[in-house]
Amino acid sequence: MLALVLAHLVLAAALPLVARRSTRAAFGVAAVLPAVTLVWGLVNLPAVLGGGLSETVAWAPSLHLELAFRLDALGLVMIVLVGGLGALILAYSAWYFGRDSRDAPRSAALLLAFAGAMLGLVLADDLLTLYVFWELTSIASFLLVGQGGLHRANRRAAVQALLVTVFGGLSMLLGLVFLGESAGTYRISEIVADPPSGGVVTAALILILLGALTKSAQFPFHPWLPAAMAAPTPVSAYLHAASMVKAGIVLVARLSPGFADRAGWWIPIVVLGLVTMLIGGWRAQQETDLKRLLAFGTVSQLGFLMVLFGAGGRIGEIAALTMLLAHGLFKAPLFMVVGIVDKITGTRDVTKLSGLGRAQPALVVVSVLAAASMAGVPLLLGFLGKEAAFEAFLHTGGVRGWLVGLGLLVGSVLTVGYSVRFLWGAFATKPGARPVDAQRPAAGLTIPTWIAAVAGLALGTVPPAADALAQRYAAAYPATDPVESGYHLAIWHGLSLPLAFSAIALAGGFLLHAQRERVQAVHAALHSPLSAQRGYEKVVAGLERLAVLVTGRVQAGSLPVYLVVLLLTVLAVPGTALLVGGQWPAGQALIGSPMQIPLAVVVVVAALALLRAHRRFTAVLLVGAVGYAIGGLFVVDGAPDLALAQFLVETLSLVAFVFVLRRLPAHFDNPDAPRPRRSVQVRKGIVAVAAGVFVAVAAVVLSGARQEPPSVSRDLVALAPETGADNVIAAILVDFRALDTVGEITVLLIAATGTASLALATRFDRKQPEGKRSGSGTPDHEEEVRG
Amino acid sequence: MSTDHHRTPSWDDWDYPEGEWMLSGECPVRTNRTLMLEMAARVLFPTVLVFSVYLLIVGHYAPGGGFSGGLVAGLAFVLRYIAGGDAEGAAIGSRIRLRPPLLVGIGLLLAVLAAFAPVAFGNPVLSSAMLSVDVPVLGHVDLVSSLILDVGVYLLIIGVVLDLLRSLGSAIERDEREARR
Repeated sequence: MLALVLAHLVLAAALPLVARRSTRAAFGVAAVLPAVTLVWGLVNLPAVLGGGLSETVAWAPSLHLELAFRLDALGLVMIVLVGGLGALILAYSAWYFGRDSRDAPRSAALLLAFAGAMLGLVLADDLLTLYVFWELTSIASFLLVGQGGLHRANRRAAVQALLVTVFGGLSMLLGLVFLGESAGTYRISEIVADPPSGGVVTAALILILLGALTKSAQFPFHPWLPAAMAAPTPVSAYLHAASMVKAGIVLVARLSPGFADRAGWWIPIVVLGLVTMLIGGWRAQQETDLKRLLAFGTVSQLGFLMVLFGAGGRIGEIAALTMLLAHGLFKAPLFMVVGIVDKITGTRDVTKLSGLGRAQPALVVVSVLAAASMAGVPLLLGFLGKEAAFEAFLHTGGVRGWLVGLGLLVGSVLTVGYSVRFLWGAFATKPGARPVDAQRPAAGLTIPTWIAAVAGLALGTVPPAADALAQRYAAAYPATDPVESGYHLAIWHGLSLPLAFSAIALAGGFLLHAQRERVQAVHAALHSPLSAQRGYEKVVAGLERLAVLVTGRVQAGSLPVYLVVLLLTVLAVPGTALLVGGQWPAGQALIGSPMQIPLAVVVVVAALALLRAHRRFTAVLLVGAVGYAIGGLFVVDGAPDLALAQFLVETLSLVAFVFVLRRLPAHFDNPDAPRPRRSVQVRKGIVAVAAGVFVAVAAVVLSGARQEPPSVSRDLVALAPETGADNVIAAILVDFRALDTVGEITVLLIAATGTASLALATRFDRKQPEGKRSGSGTPDHEEEVRG
Repeated sequence: MSTDHHRTPSWDDWDYPEGEWMLSGECPVRTNRTLMLEMAARVLFPTVLVFSVYLLIVGHYAPGGGFSGGLVAGLAFVLRYIAGGDAEGAAIGSRIRLRPPLLVGIGLLLAVLAAFAPVAFGNPVLSSAMLSVDVPVLGHVDLVSSLILDVGVYLLIIGVVLDLLRSLGSAIERDEREARR
């Protein structure tokens, strides 16, 4: 399984080479791997029905990190969506993007990379493996929505999608760690088989839910999904309808068997899922852009799926898995239809499209097929799922069952409403609107659409196919009574309450559409200032304002202020630790060797002279004298390595100081400026003295603080020859503590890069006073920063 | 340099300086040149570089190592810069034909590669291997794989110092020149 995932990523990296020849060929090559994935999944169907397929690759055994994958019923359904629909959509993209579209090569590679990440996500059986692929899909989504970054709408939508999903993702990571630590394992199948409990676990579940809710665009995080419709239509069809937005659903579906009976898990899922379903369905009633209409429809359906997967219960889970499959199979073709309509007419505005149905009857048939599945018309897969959903809640009954059941009914009425609205909006002949001119769509666009839509019909007319998988997934939930254990997906269950619900939903939906003027009026009347999108904008703007506030306070532009802040922090944090936990080492000799005395005198005299220095240059020289004298102390104490480094660093910093001094006034005091107030000077003096005393005391106390007996140093010395080093310092630097060395040189690299950027970038700013701002580097400037 | 280097030896200019490295290159028109320092820097420069390589290699047996070696080599460049001023400073980069950020990057790359190379042989990250050879003149020599890490540190430190010269040295000087203009 890992090989399959990696193959996607590797091929995606190589795809730009193909795209250079022909973008159409690039999409064609890209479509092969998802198709192979689908075939692989279907070949393994018997194994899946038998219990599943596992694969584990240990990649850092000493840290207990492993990549664990598992193919089960849920994974297989998602493979149909990720692999099957992925192949169709990539083939569709070959004709959707122009031959020399500049977005095409990038999109082809990113879509394939996304398919690989998504495949890893749905197959992951390890919490951390899942997290890695989860974030990879977020990044792919960011890049695909942002496209070339040329349009403001794309950039905003991409950033919003990234901020919201990564916020959720990071909370989820925290939750995953809590959960994994309290369960003692990160393997999902093991956690679900033996779920841990306790306060930490509840917190973990809520944090994980935050990830699932943001990723699957649940209320109140949903606005990013309609905004993401700025992406090209194939991207929306694949990421924002068929696969990526299902990631949160998959996570809930994976964990629900272990946690569905806990109030902290199902209540937020069911409540927010229902709210999402209703809000999404309601908003879809008044959208005039076909794509946004579908996007709100997706939001609504995702809420529906959340409710089903989160509520638990055997029939509910059968319904959930069926709906998951059905949603992919009807939403992807609907998006593809929007793409076709957009391409052949040049608009997807409901108010401008008129008379398209008469011109393109074949397109109408395929759309009706998909939309009918969405509305839950019999003989289609969507109907089977919806029937089962109603049955699940009406069968359990009670307040919860009826409330949720009725909520789902209202949601379904809205679903039928916007399904009809979609068909009407795209194809109906509207009075007063001029019929649009339309060319014939390319076969490369229509064939994938037909395949996806017909798959929904085929699976709907042959219920046992989907039933086998759904039963396998629902087997995780024990049946409580004979009705539950005997439930199977079927077109005809007899005259029952769920059938009545389905009929009411259909009738209600048509009525809603017939009364669309009144619905619009209600919509306008209900328009409230509270909107989730505005909430997001407020939060982001607030964060920016906070950042400006903090920066303004902290970055005062005064070196003394920075220094005082640094010193006070040192005094407050390590200083407190020293006061609380420090111990004056016993047997501290005053003088180690006579040679220390003259060197100490040099240090003390230079330090005292420093206080009286008026010129900066003098001060720098005196600081240098202190440094060299300390190097001398190292020599006296028998640390030649340390002394050598000290002398060299001291020299270099002296030179650096002198370089910088050229830019600073020669004297510390500006004779023209008024002398600082006495109180300010006293305060500065107190801080300086306190910091100095702290450093001196800390040096003595820390040198006496040992956690290991002194013999450990002897062991290091004894071990050094084994590393090929006679010099124990070298052995420590490049062998025992080599990781520290690598870390330190990385810090040096960052410091050097930062210094160069600051020195060269500010120089550029000053050079260009007329309106050019920092960051707008000219080629010359870029060249200079690079060296 | 306007003089022709491929002259046939003749008695008229037999004492013409042949060693190009002893020349000051383009003669900067300035009043405050320190010829002694310029000359000393030129003579010392190669010696100091050799000494820095010595420090790098000897680090395994005696005080030294990549950090100290790199600093010494860096200080050799600092010396040339201070002696030659901005003319030399500008030339530092071009003469070694390496951009400081590139040098820094190569150093880190080398160190990281040295860290991960053992993984390819199934050993833990950052473990080191030793090859002992008996060389006729030098005697017993231990070649340790961690020397590569040290070379990485060495290159990186030189790069950092050169970068410092570039950003704090020549950039500030150019600033001053422009401010005066």
